[in-house]
Amino acid sequence: MSLEWQVLCLDTLDKEPVKGCFGSGQEQTYLDWLLQAWGQTVIVAGAALVVALIVGALIGTLRTLPGNPVIARLGNAWVELFRNIPLLVQIFLWYHVLPVLFPLFAQMPKLALVILGLGLFTSARIAEQVRAGIQALPRGQRYAGMAMGFTTPQCYRYVLLPMAFRIIIPPLTSESMNIFKNSSVAFAVSVTELTFFAQQAGEETSRGVEIYMAVTALYILSAFAINRIMAYIEKRARVPGFVATTGGGGH
Amino acid sequence: MLDFSIFTPEVFRAFVLNGLYFSLALTAVATLGGILFGTLLALMRLSGVKLFEVPATIYVNGMRSIPLLMVLLWFFLLVPMLIGRPIGAEISAVITFVAFEAAYFSEIMRAGIQSIARGQVFAGQALGMTYGQNMKLVILPQAFRNMLPILLTQTIILFQDTSLVYIITANDMLHGFSTAGANLSRPREAYILAAVCYFVICYALSWLVKRLQLKIAIVR
Repeated sequence: MSLEWQVLCLDTLDKEPVKGCFGSGQEQTYLDWLLQAWGQTVIVAGAALVVALIVGALIGTLRTLPGNPVIARLGNAWVELFRNIPLLVQIFLWYHVLPVLFPLFAQMPKLALVILGLGLFTSARIAEQVRAGIQALPRGQRYAGMAMGFTTPQCYRYVLLPMAFRIIIPPLTSESMNIFKNSSVAFAVSVTELTFFAQQAGEETSRGVEIYMAVTALYILSAFAINRIMAYIEKRARVPGFVATTGGGGH
Repeated sequence: MLDFSIFTPEVFRAFVLNGLYFSLALTAVATLGGILFGTLLALMRLSGVKLFEVPATIYVNGMRSIPLLMVLLWFFLLVPMLIGRPIGAEISAVITFVAFEAAYFSEIMRAGIQSIARGQVFAGQALGMTYGQNMKLVILPQAFRNMLPILLTQTIILFQDTSLVYIITANDMLHGFSTAGANLSRPREAYILAAVCYFVICYALSWLVKRLQLKIAIVR
């Protein structure tokens, strides 16, 4: 079976080869579309990651607050709720159900709903890691903060969270890679991201293998890029003289 | 605004039950197949023989960096090309899930095998065991036990992931709900019920895993 990479240079409408592979003006080649789809994936995953980090850090912190079982329980409920429903079902709920029940969501752009869905789904996982990171710190750290006369918010801001976040960089790395992969589920509600492109373009051109190969290569490239970026952050954020001791095994 | 009255047990039986069976069967087959091939992949990666190590590493890392949806599309396209005739979405889903989950289970197994103290390996060797005997009688039983909670958690994730076969229109539980919703023109209620069903099943399972984890922790 021979591969015909020419397919990427075809115009998406009249299926004629375009010179230079990139369409100009009105015409669009499959290569243009592929790169656009990649951009969509990056936007959805990136925005969702921001949502997930903010909400996840907040919920994870709330779950470790001393002497407040009600808030901790609410945090646990949040995590259980978002962890035990498949992402695809959650996306359907955000996209098809919530806008009808709540007018607030009806006014939001559809893409924002998908981003919220993916972001909150991931926030539960990040909250779990943040909680584990805070609880992994020796108890003395909290006491040291209290002995310095820090209020609880100050204690978290200056003592606990800076250390906890450094500890959980490795699991956050795999979560960032996961969110990139999970963004493919947006396909199900017709967000024109990479997987959507793969299916549509594969069908239109009947050269599925070439199209899928290109998409797969972009996914692998992106995963590698995220991995490198996180490794760089981990290196820059390292506290001199402090070696983070995360649990053994894993990868 | 929402009307659930139409979703009677009969409706559930007619639309959803077969899908639920398929989701559970897919989970079971993918777990068993995934553990089997995953263990093989893990052993290949830990063998120290480049000929086994390199392909296994490429396979595992490759699978783990692309979305399951993309793998589903790949197999749906490739398997009929390779065997020369079309196959159903259900068979394609089973093949995909075994191949995909093997990569994830292999990482769990690798961590499990590496968690066994080196002395155990040496002890087996000192008793004159072959590599196979050592693995089968000494290392793997302990590794499995160490990894049991994570293996089960992965199985719950796997069960949730089976909802993704929606993309190749295999008849799973979510597909059952969405068909029921479309036919009875109550799509929103159907999605909510699907979420409730998944939640109940997954929450119950993860509660069981937590219990099991406590039990294992006491034994140690």
